[in-house]
Amino acid sequence: METFRTYDPGDYYDELIDANGNPRPGSQLLVDKIESLPPGDLAMRQSAAEAMLLKMGITFNVYGRDEGTEKIMPFDIIPRIVSGSDWQQIESGLKQRIFALNEFIQDVYNDKKILKDKVVPEDLVLTSRTYRRECEGFTPPRGIWCHVTGTDLVRDRDGRFYVLEDNLRCPSGVSYVLENRQVLKRTFPQVFEASRVRPVDDYPSNLLKVLEHLAPDHVQSPTIGVLTPGIYNSAYFEHSFLSQQMGVELVEGRDLVVSDGFVHMLTTKGLKRVDVLYRRIDDDFIDPEVFRPDSLLGVKGLIGVYKAGRIAMANAPGTGIADDKVIYAYVPKIIKYYTGEEAILPNVPTYICRNDQDRAYVLAHLDQLVVKAANESGGYGMLVGPHASETERAAFAGKIAAEPRNYMAQPTISLSRVPTIVGDRIEGRHVDLRPYVLFGEEIYVQPGGLTRVALTRGSLVVNSSQGGGSKDTWVL
Amino acid sequence: MLSRVANSIYWMCRYIERAENVARFISVNLNLLLDMPSEKGKHWEPLVMITGDQDRFEKSSPDYNQEAVIRFLTFDRTYPNSILSCLAAARENGRSIREIISSEMWEHLNNFYLELAGNGSLTMALEDPHRFFKIIQMRSHLFTGLMDSTMSHGEAWNFARIGMMMERADKTSRILDVKYFMLLPQADLVNTPIDNIQWTAVLKSASAFEMYRKEHHHITPRKVAGFLIFDSQFPRSIRHCIAKAQTCLHRISGSPPGSANNLAEKRLGRLKADLEYTDIDEVVDHGLHEYLDGLQTRLNQVDGAIGTTFFNLTPLIETSTNEQ
Repeated sequence: METFRTYDPGDYYDELIDANGNPRPGSQLLVDKIESLPPGDLAMRQSAAEAMLLKMGITFNVYGRDEGTEKIMPFDIIPRIVSGSDWQQIESGLKQRIFALNEFIQDVYNDKKILKDKVVPEDLVLTSRTYRRECEGFTPPRGIWCHVTGTDLVRDRDGRFYVLEDNLRCPSGVSYVLENRQVLKRTFPQVFEASRVRPVDDYPSNLLKVLEHLAPDHVQSPTIGVLTPGIYNSAYFEHSFLSQQMGVELVEGRDLVVSDGFVHMLTTKGLKRVDVLYRRIDDDFIDPEVFRPDSLLGVKGLIGVYKAGRIAMANAPGTGIADDKVIYAYVPKIIKYYTGEEAILPNVPTYICRNDQDRAYVLAHLDQLVVKAANESGGYGMLVGPHASETERAAFAGKIAAEPRNYMAQPTISLSRVPTIVGDRIEGRHVDLRPYVLFGEEIYVQPGGLTRVALTRGSLVVNSSQGGGSKDTWVL
Repeated sequence: MLSRVANSIYWMCRYIERAENVARFISVNLNLLLDMPSEKGKHWEPLVMITGDQDRFEKSSPDYNQEAVIRFLTFDRTYPNSILSCLAAARENGRSIREIISSEMWEHLNNFYLELAGNGSLTMALEDPHRFFKIIQMRSHLFTGLMDSTMSHGEAWNFARIGMMMERADKTSRILDVKYFMLLPQADLVNTPIDNIQWTAVLKSASAFEMYRKEHHHITPRKVAGFLIFDSQFPRSIRHCIAKAQTCLHRISGSPPGSANNLAEKRLGRLKADLEYTDIDEVVDHGLHEYLDGLQTRLNQVDGAIGTTFFNLTPLIETSTNEQ
């Protein structure tokens, strides 16, 4: 096994190794440990970790394939290490950002001040596919809309963190953070202990507090449920895991009915009222009476009960407006507008295709840019210009010209890398970072988050549906 | 608890018990072959008869030989009662209630399925079937043991037990029924050594041989049937299974034994009383096959009543949404 002695950090920011090939301050212990292992030992630890994940049944389904394509999320045992000072910036930046986005959502559905002040173009908001007219004039319990957020951060060659994307609807992946940690504690027990890594395990109890905080005042001990689309959903494991960890019910749409103005579960002993739902079903599917009528996943009448204040939901319907990828470009202005502060975490520079000048630039530089549709997720609906073929680029140019409002473009970021086991070598692979933020009585940022890694050499796409894997993230 | 969850745990256990019983049938047949003069094909057909799915089998293979039957009953994914299909179904049910069962149970079930679905298992089943089917049975026992010792004996556990007991009662009745069917036209074999071996095999497929010997010493068809239907102590006898299922049912509803608050309790209570106040002589006079047939119908009715009382069955929906 080649080890760090021959490792080449390359022309990128490497999270563990500095430009001179020396371990960064927090990585010394880990690098020493890996160096000291007998040949073959690292590979053995890697396969032991994979076996553990398979045995635990931590698998996801890939869409559009037959049964049997269930895979474990590829996992690499070399952790990504984040220094305390880097983390401080991330944490305060995320708190600021989520606070401002929550204000923004409340504002656009109610007073629309930010639109009247022309900070964000009104038509941009009103034409967003994730803008929910049904939410106009509504204020959710405690004024909180985005209870659970997963914000995607990347680190460029300059060593700075940037926000790549906000996920305010149903961000997934936190269960991997918790399970990866379980596995890694057993993989490198001594290093883990000696490195004094901040714990991530209190996420479920913090989530539970957030959900309890939403319950109507008159309810003493609220009945809480995690609403899942069911076992065929790619994140089903996570839904089940979180409900188990919180000790709350895991329900599907078909387990719930609206009756007498409340939402009830069908139990073996009749109906039981539900007070709070952590829903992992998109707005579109949540209530066939209000949104997509063909949805079989949701609950008829749920939105009515919700608006009457008789059930709380996290995240609130309508939050998607704040993670529209075009509105994203305005987030630094949104932060400034609601907090008076400059954004602590900068955005990646973004070209907005509905602006003529930007669009002309984008169309002329498709081979250098990453283009994204406003409302797709999971790495779908996206063009990575430098890696795309001429035909793919032409096809995308057509889409952009046809529907400019729906697209934005960003320069290709040289994502930072982390040493990763590839066969019997250690090579650098590109990563991003998705920390999870909970908004309850206060805003909590889980110290860690999901480090997604593009396992293919040179690839910048980290999504699990596109061949990405994950790593444990150690915040010191 | 959620009706859907109760339904899933009930079926998870039924499927595991079903898989175990298929392995039992095959195991015993393998043993039987060692003791009997070979008559090609004859020994494998009853196995498919137990399941009642001869038509299905004959579509995939014209010949009841060992390999074809083992492939069909163990690995055929298109046949819903094969061991592999049962375990896949058990696992899907288990997956949908992971937050209810213990992680020991889930991990064991997951592993049980993955290994059976893995590459080496068909080869092993054909080359070393004795060991292979023993392992299947032991894994099922391990699951039951894990369930008993790592999961609270609350409502979910009671539903699990009912599923297991209903399935076991059904399978015991089928084992008996097939033996009856097979020997009926061969009256000349009655009380011959071959007949004895076959009744012994019936006992063994229900793990009942030693226990029967302690109770009755000599093997007679009447006593074997009586033991497997009416014995109150033996854990695979139909009467015992029904009594255990009833206890669990009353724990769920909280109604005292001897009363009945819902359709499931009424039907199960009646069935149990009949088993308590009937003996094997009456059954034989009436016709064993007719009796077992009636019993299976009544088991199905109890199953149906449990469904309408607790599960509010609605069809399963395949789903997907966009997770971010």
